[in-house]
Amino acid sequence: MAGEEHRAAASVRSETGMLLDARGLTKRFGDILANDRVDLAINKGEIHALLGENGAGKSTLVKMFYGSLEPDAGTISWQGKPVSINSPAEARALGIGMVFQHFSLFEALSVVENIALALSDAGDMKALARRIEEVSTDYGLPLDPNSIVADLPVGIRQRIEIVRCLLQEPQLIIMDEPTSVLTPQEADRLFLTLQRLASEGCAVLYISHRLEEVQRICHHATILRHGQFVSECDPSKETPASLARMMVGTEVVGVSLGAHQATGGTVRLGLSNLSAKASTPFATELRNINLNVRAGEVIAIAGVAGNGQGELFDAISGEMRVDNDMVRFDDVACGHKGVNWRRRKNAAFVPEERLGHGAVPGLKLSENIVLTRHSTRDGLTGAGFVSTTKAGELEQRIKKNYDVRMSHDDPEARSLSGGNLQKFVVGRELDRKPGVLVVNQPTWGVDAGAAALIRQALIDLAREGSAVLVISQDLDEIFEIADRIAVISRGYLSEPEDAHTMTRERIGLLMAGGAEENAGAA
Amino acid sequence: MFEAVLLTVITAATPLLIAAVGELVVERSGVLNLGVEGMMIMGAVVGFAVANQTGSGSLGVVAAIVAGMAMSALFGFLVLILVTNQVASGLALTILGLGLSGMIGEAFIGVPGLRLPELYIPVLSEIPFVGPVFFQQDALVYVSFLLVGAVSYMLFKTRAGLILRAVGDNHVSAHALGYSVVRVRFMATLFGGACAGLAGAYMSLAYTPQWVENMTAGRGWIALALVVFASWLPFRVVAGAYLFGAVTVLTFHAQAQGLGIPSQFLSSLPYLATIAVLVLISANRRLTLVNTPACLGKPFVPDR
Repeated sequence: MAGEEHRAAASVRSETGMLLDARGLTKRFGDILANDRVDLAINKGEIHALLGENGAGKSTLVKMFYGSLEPDAGTISWQGKPVSINSPAEARALGIGMVFQHFSLFEALSVVENIALALSDAGDMKALARRIEEVSTDYGLPLDPNSIVADLPVGIRQRIEIVRCLLQEPQLIIMDEPTSVLTPQEADRLFLTLQRLASEGCAVLYISHRLEEVQRICHHATILRHGQFVSECDPSKETPASLARMMVGTEVVGVSLGAHQATGGTVRLGLSNLSAKASTPFATELRNINLNVRAGEVIAIAGVAGNGQGELFDAISGEMRVDNDMVRFDDVACGHKGVNWRRRKNAAFVPEERLGHGAVPGLKLSENIVLTRHSTRDGLTGAGFVSTTKAGELEQRIKKNYDVRMSHDDPEARSLSGGNLQKFVVGRELDRKPGVLVVNQPTWGVDAGAAALIRQALIDLAREGSAVLVISQDLDEIFEIADRIAVISRGYLSEPEDAHTMTRERIGLLMAGGAEENAGAA
Repeated sequence: MFEAVLLTVITAATPLLIAAVGELVVERSGVLNLGVEGMMIMGAVVGFAVANQTGSGSLGVVAAIVAGMAMSALFGFLVLILVTNQVASGLALTILGLGLSGMIGEAFIGVPGLRLPELYIPVLSEIPFVGPVFFQQDALVYVSFLLVGAVSYMLFKTRAGLILRAVGDNHVSAHALGYSVVRVRFMATLFGGACAGLAGAYMSLAYTPQWVENMTAGRGWIALALVVFASWLPFRVVAGAYLFGAVTVLTFHAQAQGLGIPSQFLSSLPYLATIAVLVLISANRRLTLVNTPACLGKPFVPDR
């Protein structure tokens, strides 16, 4: 069996200096076995990839290494000695640092205060600020120690976390999907830093589902599926397809684009000189955005988080009112109109945050359907009453067509896993066959199979004559589905360009401020 | 005349200042304790009763602090350990305090009280005008100023204060870093209770040395409002408390002069003036947002 060979390879590797060796780690949450006898071994100075789909148990596993979860069974050895890591502080004392996917920073505090909180002995703040400046510049991640985190863009916030780890002089840094918030250029800079760390003997445990970057920088990979160890390998000797097969367990079906016939289509969603002042100090101002989304095409808007995506979505959906002529659906001005009015004009919206914004956590799925579709021609309401029968039928249809898995019929929205809820909130709008669909982060946190299903449905909707606008931070996704690509940066939107001629490098330049010079008439 | 007015302003402002600074610390840690009024009135009645029975004002003050802390410990147990709703628990604490104090205080209605002695600061109290106003006060006035300075220093210059602000800003991250959110919040809640009790003692031992049922008369609520309007900044609380005190005293004098302004309008003036001024000084929204504890009132249940 192939697994035996992998084990043999691991034992050869171990002679060169094993740093962390976990055996049979098991963690159960209620009925779900999040980790089932997982083995993982990391060498000194190694960039080790931890691969797996969403829900494969990657985060659970690293939380046990970082002391924020306690394993139910299994052992962890650190530099050859068995240890039990009972708290993050103990992990840090051992030399394990972690950079979180959703940052663990304190927004109201300054950079130096944030870092001081993570150090057990911070000492004098002024001296610490000087050290932060030195170390961050030294590793090519410059930081201003006195700026307030809330004012900083996401890429810089990640630097804070990395520098915070570096100051503890760790021997192992755990990074949870670090590039998901970076431009390609920022990611390149991060890779240089990681390679330098590895050359200095610091190991990196790199969680990702982006196979290209894993192949590019990782020396070794451990693959998890459904909470179980699947195999380990040298990613550079694999192909993206073989890695994906190990992660998913079956062949991943690509998305078929179908014939693109956008050029002649009528404009269904038009934005002209869309501007909006920032509503809070931490929001982004929208600056003179022009965009025409035509029948039959998918336009994707790329950009690093926090560059105005949420504000743009709110302006199009009607959650934020703008001048009447700034937003037009099928050439009807509606900048002053509310969300339901726009829905009646055959537009549909899927916001980024699925729980709390896209769906009410404590309401049943059928009730959530009524919330976004009561005023469209679905027959859900009549004479002031809600037809629960009709809502139930719709719920069954969405469940079937979009493969929403649930433990019992019509559960509360909060009981669905993230990926399933995402399928539901996207499916609920797609089911209407809207003329204009605006989606913010359509497949965020969804596994590869479900992501392919959602993306295919978006393309199919466009090909049937609708206009689809996708806001996404995932470049792979954008290249997979978009006919034209625009980039949003600090509230400016670049002119959309043909997806076939657009490159990652160009998107990176636009993300880094090029969009501002490129903004103009669409 | 002017000296006398200033003196009354200080005595009117001091209980607000003490209670508000305590609540500021509580809210900075992310806990919203709406029971300030209840803790204050308990401090007032217990302080009065103990001082009356023992003849010692200092013992009365200590007992008032303990009473406030006991009330806040009950609150802390409910909202931090049992994770009950903070708003409802705070309101209940106020109702409990008002009722309980009425019961305890029944025997002390009309009993002559004990006034805390004035402390004359040597040398400084000899300065004309300034001396009598600022340096011939009772001990609690000095304590209130030391308290503001100490709280401000603690919050912004010490590690303990940093941790407290971190817990109030993002309790999930603070927990992930290994800080005990519940313990930090419990300590802050106890401190808030101690301050409210002390403010109550000031009411019944210095402001009007007697026990009258419901004698705090909504000052706990004013203190709560001051904290919010002061953007959770200690020195702004001083400004708010003194402004409120000053306008209150001025309206008394205005009424005494018989200016023909409706008395209802005059008695609402301190509230209006305080709100207007604090809204103006918190016009800097960025500063307000950075200082607002993001986790205020949110329950925290650790995941392990």
